[in-house]
Amino acid sequence: MITAVELGLIYAIMALGVYLTFRILDFPDLTVDGSFTTGAAVAAVGIINGMPPIAATVLAFFAGAAAGVVTGLLHTKGKINGLLAGILTMIALYSINLRIMGKANLPLLREDTLITPLKEAGLLGTWLSVATFLLVALAIKFVLDWFLHTDTGLAMQATGDNQEMIRSLGVSTDNQKILGLALSNGLVAVCGGLIAQYQGFADIGMGIGIIVAGLASVIIGQAIFGHRVIMVATLAVVLGSVLYRVVIQLALQAGLQPNDMKLVSAVLVVIALVLPQWSGFRKLAARLKPAAPAEKETVA
Amino acid sequence: MLDLSNITKTFFPGTVNERKALRGVELHLAPGEFVTVIGSNGAGKSTILNMISGKLRPDTGSVVIDGTDVTKLADFQRAKYIGRVFQDPMAGTAPTMSIEQNMAMALERGKRRGLALGVTKAKRERFAEELKSLELGLENRLKAKVGLLSGGQRQALSLLMATFSGPKILLLDEHTAALDPQRAALVSRLTAELVDRHHLTTLMVTHNMEQALTLGTRLVMMHDGRIILDLDQERKSQMTVQDLLHEFEKIKGAQLDDRTMLQ
Repeated sequence: MITAVELGLIYAIMALGVYLTFRILDFPDLTVDGSFTTGAAVAAVGIINGMPPIAATVLAFFAGAAAGVVTGLLHTKGKINGLLAGILTMIALYSINLRIMGKANLPLLREDTLITPLKEAGLLGTWLSVATFLLVALAIKFVLDWFLHTDTGLAMQATGDNQEMIRSLGVSTDNQKILGLALSNGLVAVCGGLIAQYQGFADIGMGIGIIVAGLASVIIGQAIFGHRVIMVATLAVVLGSVLYRVVIQLALQAGLQPNDMKLVSAVLVVIALVLPQWSGFRKLAARLKPAAPAEKETVA
Repeated sequence: MLDLSNITKTFFPGTVNERKALRGVELHLAPGEFVTVIGSNGAGKSTILNMISGKLRPDTGSVVIDGTDVTKLADFQRAKYIGRVFQDPMAGTAPTMSIEQNMAMALERGKRRGLALGVTKAKRERFAEELKSLELGLENRLKAKVGLLSGGQRQALSLLMATFSGPKILLLDEHTAALDPQRAALVSRLTAELVDRHHLTTLMVTHNMEQALTLGTRLVMMHDGRIILDLDQERKSQMTVQDLLHEFEKIKGAQLDDRTMLQ
């Protein structure tokens, strides 16, 4: 179970990236399935070729960001539907990822990675490693919180909220979308790089369905922990990611096969999306929560 | 301050739906002038506003703001010159963001946005001060999400956001049309106050002739893509709603005559 929590905290970085596009920009970005593997591939190849692991992971960020820029350009300048733009980049990345890796699976077992110190100290799978991963996830969460409260971050929020308004205030919504997609896929790629180091290999198929895991984390986390302000919303995403991995772990322990997990993920997302609409659930939630003080409506 | 020269615009050219929205519009605003624009539906009022804001580009002619030719600039590129309030009270603000965040974005209109914190303590104090002038109590709700405000409150906030950052041109697009009479009167009053306080060169489109006469220093009537009446402050002050209606009827009568002649 500790392993599930560890994984959840690493995958939280990817979920924060998905949060940025899905919630802030209101853009369901499927590039993620490709850019996650791109991050893993770049980090793995970098490490195998003797780069310091930290540098290889940073390089993964830029590779993912480049993928995000491509999707952004397809969508804004090419005027391609957002979902389709993401799918196109994702498919193209499959070939590119194979080119980067050279073969479908790259083992990292004898290489020095960011995880090696934890492994050698025998800390992996203990609460100390959980604390380490928690610190990393929270650090990225706080940087994201800060960014979203800068002038640029506010403009990005408004781009997902009211495009006409923020354009009338002099912001290029095209540029904001491209920047948001770049940052998001950069985070996703870093996560891919870390996962490759954690599990000791990069694999061409490791990104398949990762977007569903990301969406599940965002939707489940925010349904349970709320999203009234950015700080709470991002924390909910991190916790949602952990929760998602724990649920997956429980499903495995219940006897389901690892190959069933994509189905479990999809069902989880559907439940998280449909359940809040069901009136019985709303009544239950209202009963459990003390009534929020209603904003007073003063007569204008 | 604002010079529109020989603006023409045809929608769907070369099709059966071809519609000449503007047929050579000439309009020049001196600094501080407050022009109200009236006209029937399809007269070209909104098209004129969209030409100035950059949402539409003219087929011919030029748009010059304070000596800068902005004809070819996209809407967001010329936003630094222009404050806008839309007809829809929901259009001018970001609903999931707080009042202070909305104001912070308006304050940065047209500037290069960097990584400085959007809302600082100093800015918050300034926002509260500005909001006090609205007398709606919004200064105590800086952190409230704008989506929680009523239509009238949102429109008043939009108006404040459009004016307090000192644009060269203020564009008002039937900004009281979607409000009930009481709130429309409030937003009208605030408009007069804020335009006066910031000495803004203003173009206001309205359907309400009463409002067109009481607000502003000049009145323009449009019909069929042309400006057909241009009243300065003195002549405007002598006009009544009845006189304006009479002018409208004159045009419609003329049109009828033309058609009868053709038959």
